[in-house]
Amino acid sequence: MIDSMLRFLQWLGNHVTRRINRLGFASRFFLAIFLQSGTAFRRLHLTLREIYFTGVMSLIIILVSGLFVGMVLGLQGYDTLQRYGSTEALGILVALSLVRELGPVVSALLFASRAGSAITAEIGLMKATEQLSAMEMMAVDPIARVVAPRFWGGVVSMPLLAALFSAMGIFGGYLVGVQLIGVDEGSFWSQMQASVDFRQDILNGVIKSFVFGIIVSWVAVFEGYDADPTAEGVSGATTRTVVTSSLAILAADFILTAFMFRGA
Amino acid sequence: MSRTTIDIWVGLFVAIGLASLLFLALKVGNLASTSSGETYTLQARFDNIGGLKVRAPVKSAGVVVGRVSGIRFDPANYVALVTMQIEASYKFPVDTFATINTSGLLGEQYIGFEVGGDENMLKSDDMIKKTQSAVVLEKLISQFMFNKAAEDGPKK
Repeated sequence: MIDSMLRFLQWLGNHVTRRINRLGFASRFFLAIFLQSGTAFRRLHLTLREIYFTGVMSLIIILVSGLFVGMVLGLQGYDTLQRYGSTEALGILVALSLVRELGPVVSALLFASRAGSAITAEIGLMKATEQLSAMEMMAVDPIARVVAPRFWGGVVSMPLLAALFSAMGIFGGYLVGVQLIGVDEGSFWSQMQASVDFRQDILNGVIKSFVFGIIVSWVAVFEGYDADPTAEGVSGATTRTVVTSSLAILAADFILTAFMFRGA
Repeated sequence: MSRTTIDIWVGLFVAIGLASLLFLALKVGNLASTSSGETYTLQARFDNIGGLKVRAPVKSAGVVVGRVSGIRFDPANYVALVTMQIEASYKFPVDTFATINTSGLLGEQYIGFEVGGDENMLKSDDMIKKTQSAVVLEKLISQFMFNKAAEDGPKK
């Protein structure tokens, strides 16, 4: 009895200690990225290349999903609003839900699975094939040369992708609401403009997507760098990137929302 | 892929990203309509502000001339003290009448200025003397019911 309890306590303690250790390692890694970021900006083409691979290559999925999310919002919103005879408020509903929540969160989730997993797999494979060790041999810091440009590429791309997602979604809501169903175009836009505030709604959305960009990029580069240098390790790390960053995005979204829109 | 091609794509990406942000700010948000110009402060006491909120518009003749910047309870007089920021280019006479109106039946509430005829203009931090409270729907309905009951009473 006492024996099994001790074993349970040992298992629990070991588990928690490992988690905390990993978090500490991740935090020091985060700091190291900042300290080694000089190269990423001095040799800007390294970062531009990563913006190309994470940002430009994610454009299609972001634009198409934004359009469809907006169109669904238009349909569903109209269905609910017409019961109260206030279909002119469709513009407010579509714009606020996209700019405040759906734009930053959904595009961050897509970004994590589209770009974050690719970053982890790439860095993990570089580690497994000992390219990172080879760089160290040649006195090239892999954090400065490989990790920092990918991190900053993700951080720059994310707010732009979220803004594109929101804009595309509002266009989708406009297509369905105004062109298809026939909500009055003037009130659609004017009610939207009257109730969407630049600082309260749009700027807070941009701040959210910026924070999500940091979270996704950080998790992705860390999991890649920390992966076991085997095929199995890399695949496990890629899965962990998507799971961890998705959960972190949703948790951070709740915290940020609680601070930004409390009682306003 | 050559470096120039990547540069062009990244440039295009950043450009349309910023353009959509601009679209959100100008077309979706109200950045264009919020004037960053000079304002002055006016105050008014209301018995009941109903559902008036901070940042609600202040309108005169239907045109937005300012915004509500603060609402608090005045414990000395048991009334609501509303602070408004009015655009400096608009001056109003001291006998301006401030009412709380509702746009539409259930829409948002705003403060309407009915302009008086006085020669003297309101200055910054002045108090608007004449105000009318918000119409509370329940009160209106109960008044209507009482009137109806009073009308029907004697006929019996």
